[in-house]
Amino acid sequence: MSTVPRFWRHISQRYNLVGTHCSKCDEYYYPPRTICPNCRRTAQMEDHKFKGKGTVITYTTIYNATDDFKRQTPYNLAIIELDEGPRLTGQVICSPNEIEIGMKVKPVFRILGKEGDRGIIYYGTKFVPVEGSVQPITL
Amino acid sequence: MRSVSIIGAGCTRFGERWEDSLRDLVVETGIMALEDSNVSGEEIDGLYVGNMSGGRFVEQEHIGALISDCAGLSRLHVPSTRVEAACASGGLALRQAVLAVASGYSDVVIAAGVEKMTDVTGGVAADALAAAADREWECFFGATFPALYAMIARLHMHRYGTTREELAQVAVKNHHNGSMNPISQYQMEITVEKVLRSPLVADPLRVLDCSPITDGAAAVVLVPTKIAHKYSDAPIKILATAQASDTLALHDRRNITTLDATVHAAKKAFGQAGLERKDIDLAEVHDAFTIGEIAAIEDLGFVEKGEGGKAAEEGLTWIGGKLPINTSGGLKACGHPVGATGIKQAYEMVLQLRGEAGKRQVEGAKVGLTHNVGGCGGTALVHILSR
Amino acid sequence: MPAGIVSYGVYIPKYRIRAEEIARVWGESEDIAQKLNVFEKSVPDTDEDAVTIAVEAARNAVKRGFVDPARIDAIYAGSESHPYAVKPTGTIVGEAIGANHEFTTADLEFACKAGTAAVQACLGLVTANLIDLGLAIGTDTSQGAPGDALEYTAAAGAAAYLIGRENLAAEIEEFYSFTTDTPDFWRREGMPYPEHGGRFTGEPGYFKHVTSAAQGLMKKMGTKPEDYDYAVFHQPNGKFPVRVAGQLGFSKDQIEPGLVVPWIGNTYSGSSLIGLAATLDVARPGERIFLVSFGSGAGSDAFSIRVEEGIEEIRDRAPRVRDYVENVQYLDYAVYAKHKGKLRL
Ligand SMILES: [Zn+2]
Repeated sequence: MSTVPRFWRHISQRYNLVGTHCSKCDEYYYPPRTICPNCRRTAQMEDHKFKGKGTVITYTTIYNATDDFKRQTPYNLAIIELDEGPRLTGQVICSPNEIEIGMKVKPVFRILGKEGDRGIIYYGTKFVPVEGSVQPITL
Repeated sequence: MRSVSIIGAGCTRFGERWEDSLRDLVVETGIMALEDSNVSGEEIDGLYVGNMSGGRFVEQEHIGALISDCAGLSRLHVPSTRVEAACASGGLALRQAVLAVASGYSDVVIAAGVEKMTDVTGGVAADALAAAADREWECFFGATFPALYAMIARLHMHRYGTTREELAQVAVKNHHNGSMNPISQYQMEITVEKVLRSPLVADPLRVLDCSPITDGAAAVVLVPTKIAHKYSDAPIKILATAQASDTLALHDRRNITTLDATVHAAKKAFGQAGLERKDIDLAEVHDAFTIGEIAAIEDLGFVEKGEGGKAAEEGLTWIGGKLPINTSGGLKACGHPVGATGIKQAYEMVLQLRGEAGKRQVEGAKVGLTHNVGGCGGTALVHILSR
Repeated sequence: MPAGIVSYGVYIPKYRIRAEEIARVWGESEDIAQKLNVFEKSVPDTDEDAVTIAVEAARNAVKRGFVDPARIDAIYAGSESHPYAVKPTGTIVGEAIGANHEFTTADLEFACKAGTAAVQACLGLVTANLIDLGLAIGTDTSQGAPGDALEYTAAAGAAAYLIGRENLAAEIEEFYSFTTDTPDFWRREGMPYPEHGGRFTGEPGYFKHVTSAAQGLMKKMGTKPEDYDYAVFHQPNGKFPVRVAGQLGFSKDQIEPGLVVPWIGNTYSGSSLIGLAATLDVARPGERIFLVSFGSGAGSDAFSIRVEEGIEEIRDRAPRVRDYVENVQYLDYAVYAKHKGKLRL
């Protein structure tokens, strides 16, 4: 699956959806990029924390997974377009019947995987549907 | 640049080759290709071998030296190079061999491909294959290869009205072709109903939408066209070799239902060959999943975007149709030993263009195209071959 | 200078299992729910643990308080189900809520009362002017052995409190703790499920400590039950807090808003703090809340809390306890066993 340094290196990016933004062309990147494909060497990249709300662009429900994920089947995987523009791949926690293209989702903090019973626990971001989940009244 | 031709080809039977190791497969196919091309070991200038993951499947790297050694060429110290582009490793090996001969550096070059996949469990194999996707930003969140193609399929169905039955038709056609190919992993025909009743792997894709785990190897021998007739009565000319890349992760693509790498490689290949789409008599395309063939015939420019689903159902891509696709059975039925697939596609094209494809022969086949994809479109290779 | 609660947040997983479903599997009589006054309990998702639910509760507290997480100087997370035996929950929570790295943290454990101990630790640092803001969390995905009495109540939930001096939602006027060495319930290192002393957990455990702490605080402050508008007592089941309230002279009306155990079960370190949050969800400025936690082993922390003007402004910025109580999905025992890792794979 992963290793401790490989997981650790991306902790803030995976816990808090920290990506990058090119202030030269105003394009947002998540997962983060160090080079802006629009501006390449003239890019002006800075960290950017995404709000996390997004839309399901396409999705699948996985019934047959790799060994690391086989205890979690069936689970939904989707390509999600964040409101700021970039797209990412992530799990959407809901019934396979519930997920659909165009569904609005928001981030939650979950276990992404574990290195067996003895190894470390990989935490990070998954998504839940905005409808049908707890909806606070905002002032 | 010199014109390059294939003077001989070999391919092992594809399948679960329990008795045979990676080395056995390499030797088997090497002998076939050399006998078919009438070259001696001393003449060989170079070897290129496509292999995706010897490290994960049989815990063996350094496949270049290994195959030269296994083929008995170690004392000749022939330069031997492994190339890797995930499932397009074979196609890339072919391209490297073509470039070596075309440039004038080498005269007799072998392009091979090999993958021994059944020495590990299904879960390990799935994870090794998933390494062709973005490990940090796709696989880390639970993505598998079928899942990525399933997301392409879902969006294709949503956008273009492609149906579940149309996906199944691709598998039905390719199993039909495979049943006429003696090296094919699957020899049985299937029905649409059977595809639709097979277990879900990654919705909407089912088991019978997916290519299998396969052991196999293939090899072709290349020389300058100018001297090809010295070795073969029916050399096959390589009219184009093109390669393109795209983002590693599916979510970063300009358009999730279009493999831009395929579009770009095809454009370059048709330019090189000076041909149009209608000049192609048949093609072997990368149908690791049924949606893969539908997207491929669209992205290669054979049908309009969104029209690929209808092709198999309406008979266009069957043998006897206007453009037979995957006469070998494709990756779906013939099998998909990942590193070998790109070379097997060339092998099938050699048989077809020579008129040696038996029951699945496409009548009057003169020009064929092969299309090999790495990952879900991070790399694409297109070759055009003619008799 | 007064100190207290700047903001609070809770999180309760949306899955529930009914007591009668557990009773069906183990052949218990169907009126077990009435006997315990616990009708259903919360169950974490397969990818939730004490850390993930602590993060959700803490994010709600930050959101409700409009607080810059960089201001947080201390994080104390109390739990009896920290996913790591060694490796702090607090570090993960700190990173996940975007606290800068200038904070102190350590994990606490005291059965069901480590959450209120975390409140005390933060309060001490805050009132001593050593820190600006502290984050105190009670979080648990508690375990009950299959078929054990605990299985009907052991639930999952978390509550997080931002403790500070400015913009108070509620002032913590005073606290009093009562602690003895009483082995009524324990879990040995490396063991998956706790053990308990059966009926011994009652009088010598829960009742003795809750009563002593409650009376001790009222004596210290010179207050009486009538001086409080609300009371929250630790809720291992639905019977004990009702009975202890009666013994101490508190009315049913006083405990009713905070009595959430019949619908979510015992959330252990989260229990009394979720009860407090449910009370803060409805309390008005000027009202007073009496809170007593209990942790086996054993001890109780009693608090006297006065609701401040700030509560009205922040209350609706994050989900209330009721939002989590009402939004549920029921599991059968088989799926519940999968969620709780009771299937040995
Ligand atoms: Zn830029």
